[in-house]
Amino acid sequence: MTDWFNKQRYLIDFSLAALARRKVRNFGLLAVYSLLVFVLASVMLFTQGLRQEAKTVLASSPEVIVQRLVAGRQDLIPPGYLERIGRIRGVQKKEARLWGYYYDPVVKANYTFMVPGETPPAAGELVIGPALARARGLAPGNLISFRSYSGKLFTFKVAAVLPQASELMSADLVLLGTDDFRAFFDFPADHYTDIALSVANPSEVRNVASKLAAALPDSRPILREEVQRTYASLFDWREGIVLTILSGALLAFAILAWDKASGLSAEERREIGILKAIGWETGDVLRMKFWEGVLISCSAFLIGYLAAWVHVFHLDGALFRPVLQGWAVLYPQFSLPPRVDGLQLATLFFFTVFPYTAAVLVPIWRAAITDPDAVMRT
Amino acid sequence: MKKPRPSTIALTMLAVGLVGLAASGVEAVLHAGEEDRAGAALVQRLGLTDLALFTEARYTRHPALADDHAAFQDHPMSFDHFPSASLVVPPRHD
Repeated sequence: MTDWFNKQRYLIDFSLAALARRKVRNFGLLAVYSLLVFVLASVMLFTQGLRQEAKTVLASSPEVIVQRLVAGRQDLIPPGYLERIGRIRGVQKKEARLWGYYYDPVVKANYTFMVPGETPPAAGELVIGPALARARGLAPGNLISFRSYSGKLFTFKVAAVLPQASELMSADLVLLGTDDFRAFFDFPADHYTDIALSVANPSEVRNVASKLAAALPDSRPILREEVQRTYASLFDWREGIVLTILSGALLAFAILAWDKASGLSAEERREIGILKAIGWETGDVLRMKFWEGVLISCSAFLIGYLAAWVHVFHLDGALFRPVLQGWAVLYPQFSLPPRVDGLQLATLFFFTVFPYTAAVLVPIWRAAITDPDAVMRT
Repeated sequence: MKKPRPSTIALTMLAVGLVGLAASGVEAVLHAGEEDRAGAALVQRLGLTDLALFTEARYTRHPALADDHAAFQDHPMSFDHFPSASLVVPPRHD
């Protein structure tokens, strides 16, 4: 065992000396390789983090949301609609909700106005989301005016700012009382935006949805599992799009690695010929080159992956921010809790480390099995 | 002092990298129970359905609640105004 270990160490020493002879080329390759792993791993960790976050946070969203459709577009819930739902067995709690969008021309941002079901703010007061507070420079106790869609100016007092920890969910929220909401939007009396239903038994949810569709044909029930699926596929899709764009870079690297690894230079051929001529066996030459491939690819993988980890979980994915931000003015500042998926890590390792190591070995094997004299002469 | 062999330096550096990899795994395990509790509490209290990632349009702010036919939804032949609309997933066809 010690003999074997010592032999491998001498081979590694030899490989490193060979790598050091072409310092610039090999360091360049290591840098590009690490960068590629960094980008791929960043996308993977970031989307995985967001997907998990959406899954855990949205696990407590309402079981069923009922919208009413008119000509295929969402419309307000008219008076009496809520009472018709009440007769469906399995529905534990039903709550008509008031919410809507408001475009603030001052900062060119959209807000989500909402009336909380429990403990709404007092009349004339608002509770606002942290990104909104930042964008308008507001703190509790400040006054803010909005011009409503009817043209009237409304002034509210900021009662509180929602906690920064929940910013991923609440960046643009404006919570206000029912009367303020109705007055501000000139909302028709006894009408609501949609209805949230609580269903006690999870296996009853689909039944409730089908009964709803039969009783109220103009309704569109949206189940919690559909909401969660929307988010799972949203991030899969996004990850897929980014990876598709990156596949160009991946192919370019594959060509570079293949070219570097498979196109043996005359110098390398001569080196192999000399090694064989002085008594190295084919197996030793292969082992030496194997270590060369392993050292480069494993170093690049570790450097790239650890840099991606720091980027996503400790620097909050700073490089992705402009891409994710889109055209929105309000963008949540959030940190994702560190998460790792073993299968994804193994996939990344397999697709970045193995091809390179294999690409190094094949041509060397072909050179190493030929006659040393012929190798040296070519 | 004797200069260390190149293989010693290289293997030590790889070992440091592996320790880093293990440390990242340990960090993930330590934070495993640390979900966004404030966010989850708010979701429960207000009945929220969506993440506030893209606030520019209703179908990107609330993709779960937006119209079924999201593309061109403002009126026929209206292209989406916002780049994130191109990132929002098309409906499933199953």
